[in-house]
Amino acid sequence: MAGAAKISVKVIDVVEVNELVKRFKFERTDGGLMPTFSGGAHTVVEMNDQGTRRLNPYSLMSSPTDRSAYTISVRRDDEGRGGSLYLHNHVKPGMEMTISNPVNLFSLDLRARKHIFFAGGIGITPFLSQIKQLSAANNGHFELHYAVRTASLGSYADELLEHFPNNVDVYHDDKDQQIPLDKLLEGQPLGTHIYVCGPKGMINWILSGARKAGWPEQALHYEEFLAPEPGKAFDVELAVTGKTIHVKEQQSLLEAIEAAGVDAPYLCRGGACGMCETQVIRSEGDFIHNDHWLTDEEHASGEKIMPCVSRFDGKSLVLDR
Amino acid sequence: MGIEFNKETYRGDYTFTNSPTAIKRFPFPFDKDSYMYAVNMEPHTPVREGSVYYNSFDVDEHYVSEMADRAMVLDEDPLRCQSLPHMELAGWDLLELIMAAKAKDYPDLFKLTCDGDKWHWVNKPLGIDETFTFMDASTLPYGPMEYITRQTQGDFCLLDQREENLWMDAGMITTQADWSLDFDIGMNFFEWHAPVPLAHEKGIFIRALKFLLNIQQGAPARRLNWTMTVNPLLDTSPENYHKWGIQKTTLTPENVGSKQYLRVELQSFFRLPRSNGMVFPIRCYLIKLEDLVTYPKWARRFHRVIRDLPVELATYKGFIDNRPMILDYLAQFDDGAETSPGVWPED
Repeated sequence: MAGAAKISVKVIDVVEVNELVKRFKFERTDGGLMPTFSGGAHTVVEMNDQGTRRLNPYSLMSSPTDRSAYTISVRRDDEGRGGSLYLHNHVKPGMEMTISNPVNLFSLDLRARKHIFFAGGIGITPFLSQIKQLSAANNGHFELHYAVRTASLGSYADELLEHFPNNVDVYHDDKDQQIPLDKLLEGQPLGTHIYVCGPKGMINWILSGARKAGWPEQALHYEEFLAPEPGKAFDVELAVTGKTIHVKEQQSLLEAIEAAGVDAPYLCRGGACGMCETQVIRSEGDFIHNDHWLTDEEHASGEKIMPCVSRFDGKSLVLDR
Repeated sequence: MGIEFNKETYRGDYTFTNSPTAIKRFPFPFDKDSYMYAVNMEPHTPVREGSVYYNSFDVDEHYVSEMADRAMVLDEDPLRCQSLPHMELAGWDLLELIMAAKAKDYPDLFKLTCDGDKWHWVNKPLGIDETFTFMDASTLPYGPMEYITRQTQGDFCLLDQREENLWMDAGMITTQADWSLDFDIGMNFFEWHAPVPLAHEKGIFIRALKFLLNIQQGAPARRLNWTMTVNPLLDTSPENYHKWGIQKTTLTPENVGSKQYLRVELQSFFRLPRSNGMVFPIRCYLIKLEDLVTYPKWARRFHRVIRDLPVELATYKGFIDNRPMILDYLAQFDDGAETSPGVWPED
């Protein structure tokens, strides 16, 4: 069975954080303890959205050492394919669901003398567990710079400012406040690491600023979960299993492979971990690569595709699956 | 369970011995009549009750003597156990993993009671009864990694994961097949494997690393590796090569059956939850040729594997000079009959 090990859970709490974000709390249905995890880890939540199976990754925001329950926060995406809408509209306390064991693709570098976190919007969630990990271990030398659209949409900003007044700065877009990146990149102690989670534009802005300022690549960390983008429907031939599948507009290639009963490997389902990498046997058409796992050369070669987020537009595609 | 622990030595008079039970459960590593490197990983899940693959951390009749030998090695050379400062959290991960697994798998030997962060650990075979505060190293006589690995058979590499690579940033290494933690500490996966012949060209390490980076919590993996050792030595380290290397010249046609050992490493791989690091336990099992050939299938197959092994591998594994003598001994047990597939002696 592909993916990380599964945990059967019950939804015990759903809280509206603000007009766009809801928080969900899960306990094990068997009454046991959740696995311990490390700050920055995510879980993959399985949903049965009116017959369509969706598996979306969400960062764990609770304390890594609290094994009684897991907590995630989900931003509603009205334009998306429906995973967040399903969670917002259909998931209620008492419901039983399946989530995955924690997986961490965005862990702290424990050698760092200091951690600087840059969060944009819902990108705050992995930092919540990382901050809890650092403050519990009492070696929490960190700064958080958190950009939000408006004060009311700044999820958890008030709590963070209250608990860590000396470590946290919040910037409001509607008041034209901007993270003073150049200033922050200057004069940091040796051994400082930078972590970014937020929209693509913000990640690129911070990483390129840091690179320009001479920061070593090993000190730069980022996480961007790509939601699979909807697109034109297309057909794919699976050479190993001998099946021909149809990928619907609102479906990812990976979901269509799974819906055909093929157990394909996966882990993050967000284009980051590399687990679902699939060989292309033949193709006639254009790839729409959305992952950040394959290199530019691999994207151009037409020999590989990451079915969790990437699509195809053309006459025929044959995959080694 | 009732394991009877041997009183035996891995040095000097070499009284180490395997009981018939230990011979039967020996992890014979060859599932066919030839050998070449492969990323031969499988899930580390229980296989056949009583086998070395049944529990997360196998405890056998050698446990008490093996721990005594480790203590002697550490007395002479404390650098066999090292942990870079950022690895303490991974050390606690390892301590928790081993204590919980042993208490569950061997309830008559080990007991763990946790009341919040107040932990009580009982290790009956070694006569240890310890109360300590989890995550507070000042409440233990050693750091967490050293504490628990002084009580657990096998070597332990504690690996940090960053930059899409694994880093040998801590370890307890006293039963190694000729490699040095003091030399390798701080190296990444490709650096510490640099001396291995042939496998780099085959792209083995790139695929192996990719596999390891994707190992997840609750889903450990394992593989076997092997070499040859003269006399039942656990400590075949480069640091002590001057003591054991020369023993390879003491082999004669008369003593090869009792002095030449097959050394098998059961390597396992666990993701660590708090640190997101990995632990790579390397458990060493030794069997002399005389005991190995008591199972005809193993005798026939081992003869064929050693006979057909590429020169590079026999050289790397350190027995190229003794290979003719070993083959002469093994040949008498190989009548050319077919062997059944798989590693089990009586299948």
